[in-house]
Amino acid sequence: MSNYSEESILNFLGPYKGDASAILRSLQLVQELLGYVPDSALDLIAKNSNVSRAEVYGVFTFYSDFRSTPPAKVVVKVCVAEACQASGSAGLISELHDKGYDIHKGNIKDDIQMEQTFCLGNCALGPSAMVNGAPIGRATCERIFAATSTVTA
Amino acid sequence: MTKVFVPMDSAALSMGANEVAQAISEYATKNGLDVTIVRNGSRGMLWLEPLVEVETPAGRVGYANVSADQIPELLSAGLLTGDSHDSCLGLVEELEILKNQTRITFARVGVIDPLSLVEYESHGGLKGLRNAIAMSPAQVVTEVTESGLRGRGGAGFPAGIKWNTVLNTESDQKYICCNADEGDSGTFADRMLMEGDPFTLIEGMIIAGIAVGATEGLIYVRSEYPHAIDVLNQAIAIANEHKILGDSVLGSSHKFKLEVRVGAGSYVCGEETAMLESLEGKRGMVRAKPPIPALVGLFGKPTVINNVMTLAAVPMILADGAASYQNFGVDRSRGTQVFQLAGNILRGGIVELPFGITLGDLVDKIGGGTYSGRPIKTVQIGGPLGAYLGTDSWDVQMSYESLAEAGGMLGHGGIVVFDDTVNMAKQARFAMEFCAEESCGKCTPCRIGSTRGVEVIDRIVAGEDQAKNLELLEDLCEVMTDGSLCAMGGLTPLPVRSALKLFPADFGIKVEVK
Repeated sequence: MSNYSEESILNFLGPYKGDASAILRSLQLVQELLGYVPDSALDLIAKNSNVSRAEVYGVFTFYSDFRSTPPAKVVVKVCVAEACQASGSAGLISELHDKGYDIHKGNIKDDIQMEQTFCLGNCALGPSAMVNGAPIGRATCERIFAATSTVTA
Repeated sequence: MTKVFVPMDSAALSMGANEVAQAISEYATKNGLDVTIVRNGSRGMLWLEPLVEVETPAGRVGYANVSADQIPELLSAGLLTGDSHDSCLGLVEELEILKNQTRITFARVGVIDPLSLVEYESHGGLKGLRNAIAMSPAQVVTEVTESGLRGRGGAGFPAGIKWNTVLNTESDQKYICCNADEGDSGTFADRMLMEGDPFTLIEGMIIAGIAVGATEGLIYVRSEYPHAIDVLNQAIAIANEHKILGDSVLGSSHKFKLEVRVGAGSYVCGEETAMLESLEGKRGMVRAKPPIPALVGLFGKPTVINNVMTLAAVPMILADGAASYQNFGVDRSRGTQVFQLAGNILRGGIVELPFGITLGDLVDKIGGGTYSGRPIKTVQIGGPLGAYLGTDSWDVQMSYESLAEAGGMLGHGGIVVFDDTVNMAKQARFAMEFCAEESCGKCTPCRIGSTRGVEVIDRIVAGEDQAKNLELLEDLCEVMTDGSLCAMGGLTPLPVRSALKLFPADFGIKVEVK
């Protein structure tokens, strides 16, 4: 588990010990620490929250935010919802596809991963994207890659 | 010292506001200028972002669409004294588009530093809370009931009636849950308020707590809103420090504890019972109602669940009285609505107006038509589960009642504009696809109906046995509407049916659509 030992993760989960209502927050905490939720962490959370592994797995698989593998250095979220559709997101998505990024699959290329999302709340300035948490309005390929290059550089 | 305002709203950030703020600060340091940069919220005129404002003796002068590399030029051209320039708008508060609004919920957004409690109070903040503390819980509820405030999340349920149910339910613990899972495409008012004036939401939640006897509040914010989460957490820390939250709210006997909880990328968690499940750490599976959350809510306790906009309207109602709010609006749609103009729109953003403006005035006069410059084909109101309306609905008044009559719904007040290049069969298919993707899976009509819906629409578009498949789609829509547990499956037929009814040609329909 990269830089974290089982003990240190259990230590981080300490405040949630025995708290069955903290499954979601525990998963979020692990992902915050590691960037993803390794399989072994599901057991740790189950043990810590005193619930079955199945319950933790159920929560883990319900929410689209959770990853079972490490993310790329740069994660680009591209909005696929209606307001951005109206602003021409289809063209942007196909340009990104031509550059080797399938936002529906979320493949990694050159340390960059592009993923679809349903709405980033920037619906008047679509197409909308987010690069490692930084919002991009009126997104174009150029604007997105300008933002990713500041991270990968 | 000159005050320069550079918004920190996500929409402004998305157009380079941070870089602008940095450029101003660097230029000022280099040239020995005495400048204080205030990071305000956004005024809501998002097409002008980054909108930089400078405080002058005459008022705040605005500069539109400022970019970082323009800063040296703008500052040497006299930006700090409000001098004219191509991008200068003059006095921001004199702009027609702002002057013609009725800003109640958004009164402070874009005006003040969102994290300055001093500015919050000097702009009328905490007055409502102080009044509420001096009243009995029942009086507070009555005030909200009499204001006519209805739930702004979409369902439009009278807030006072909900609060009264919770007030009159005996329990050792009650909760106030704020639904900030603003997942509907085309809506961003919650985000803008949380980023631009978080204390208003906090104050509204404390008042709700006093009204119903709840001592704990949770704000469920979607993970797609990292900036809103950050601002809220900072604001809550400040409110705790200043004893606005905590064991003795403003020195009174009322207690209120508030916490932000973050979602994890699930649209259906915006449905109130799915949100409760998520707050309990579980999968966001919708609960059957009854029992209603007001009786059996979070951890089985009586719970007020309101949207951000609903709770944010409360401080002003308590500050200025029910009548002042009730005076605005039409029919049973009282007060103001924060409309969000989105999608392919020239002047997109938020406008707060009393209910009753026509759809056409909102989209054409205020919004200025499409951004692409092409004719408008349709608008979708109320998010992915809202109906598509055509320009023949331009005279429809924006109110809960009139929109329902026109076959649509107001929802959260978001309007997504599409130009004539949109293919409505694709939009209808997307509605079903989205439902299939985001369905919690608990009830069959939603879980399976949406998947079948995509297939049936594909067959119709392919021209396969159209009469039979249209009948099947209609049947499917009926089952989803009547048989789904919640609005996810229950309202998905709304965009599908309206798209089909308005634009059958887009589906390649050769037979008559009922």
